[in-house]
Amino acid sequence: MNTGNDVSTTRVVITGRGAVSPFGIGCDPLFNGIRQGNSGVKIMEEWAAITGLKSLLAAPVPDFDPRPYFPRVQRRSMGNMALYAAIAAREAVNDSDLSAEQLASGRIGVAIGSTTGSPEAYDTFYRMYLPDQSIEEIKSGFFFKVMGHSCAANVSLSLGINGEQWAPSSACTSAAQALGLGYLLIRSGRQDAMLCGGAEEVHPTVTMTFDVLKAASRSHDTPLATPRPFDVNRDGVVCGGGSGILVLESLNSARARGAAIYGEILGFGHVSDPQHIANPHDQAMATAMTLAMKEAGVTAAEIDYVNAHATGTRQGDEAEACAIGNVFGSTVPVSSFKGHIGHTLGAAGALESIILTEMMARQELIPTQFLTNPDPACSSINLVRSLHPGKVETVVKNNFALGGVNCALVFRRTVHDS
Amino acid sequence: MIHDEEIRRQVIEVIAEEFELDPVALTPEATLYDDLGLDSLDAVDMVVALEKKFGVKLANEESIRSVRTMADIFALIISLKPAGQ
Repeated sequence: MNTGNDVSTTRVVITGRGAVSPFGIGCDPLFNGIRQGNSGVKIMEEWAAITGLKSLLAAPVPDFDPRPYFPRVQRRSMGNMALYAAIAAREAVNDSDLSAEQLASGRIGVAIGSTTGSPEAYDTFYRMYLPDQSIEEIKSGFFFKVMGHSCAANVSLSLGINGEQWAPSSACTSAAQALGLGYLLIRSGRQDAMLCGGAEEVHPTVTMTFDVLKAASRSHDTPLATPRPFDVNRDGVVCGGGSGILVLESLNSARARGAAIYGEILGFGHVSDPQHIANPHDQAMATAMTLAMKEAGVTAAEIDYVNAHATGTRQGDEAEACAIGNVFGSTVPVSSFKGHIGHTLGAAGALESIILTEMMARQELIPTQFLTNPDPACSSINLVRSLHPGKVETVVKNNFALGGVNCALVFRRTVHDS
Repeated sequence: MIHDEEIRRQVIEVIAEEFELDPVALTPEATLYDDLGLDSLDAVDMVVALEKKFGVKLANEESIRSVRTMADIFALIISLKPAGQ
């Protein structure tokens, strides 16, 4: 690994990808599912027993046996989200062709976020604790599954990573922040490479948070056609599970070891919006995009595509369409992947960035699933309606979170010599 | 009351399942840490599993701290005379 990079000139590229998604384990099932226009959303029949829960929809990771992936000693501290993160991280490391020695060098770190620790583990704990106020049946692994840095810690443990360990937790922007943080740490010279991303697991308590806010989809019609970002009939989010992990690496390091490069991260815009704890505002979104482009040294006219956060809520999609229209005008192609895989919350920024790198590799535009009648309030932008070839060279990737977090990243496919 | 041999069989069953071990390896002389590869977190989970299986309390037993081998576990559970399942 390269050390001693000049802070001002250290450039950051993507050299590995790993995914666990509603389409299964691995990047290939994710790419195939997205390109074929499939949906990972299903009706969660067992949630019908929960009084008051109106949304019985989710995009869970299909069940699988975790035992072949990790030894018991590693699995005992993993909730589902940490398991997803560890599997995705291993795929990303293998994809990047990083050796065990490099992972242990101290020059590679992790930044992997999630909204909370494992809700399934919390559920198990409180089912044991509350009836008799007893902790006598609580296992040793409980805390390690619910702690906020469960994914980052378990990934570090399973891969033998000695570098920095970070766990940005900001709900729907956790992974976007992790990517931004990894980018900053490599730029600063503190690390040569970072495993960055996020993870989330489907659980009724997660969907409940949106259901309480009347922001979870209630479209249980057959066939399922929800969530529907930017559509006039959208009615809220469908929560999904999974994990996306990207290997970010200094350009010098990647070139020195001959690593394949999926693209470069050129800028990261990140602003807080203190106007309201829940309501989105287009100005803050626009500022995040503008700051990311300023740092990248590119203009709006140079952006070929915007990957929207658009989750399928009334307010969020409209604000984002307004922000994109104000920054880019009406010609830049825009789409969201939430219709395919739901809103994977803490994993969203990473899973969607991985899909974005595939779009860049294929020079192909992917439409928003289930967008049939664009909302007039969102139709001032160029919404991608079909899978087709197109220039996808320099792109903006948005992610926004409740609590006023607004993130935007700028990626470019080709590494330019400067 | 269940017989000592049945208690030994059930202890092996519980530990083999809890720690994904081959029951054949759980001989009386097998040491928990060195031979079976268990650690301090596993010791916590072993107590929980044995208490649940046999309906006994081990958490406050001084003797649990001196357990080193499978034979020690057999002896400890037998000494507590668990009721039948």
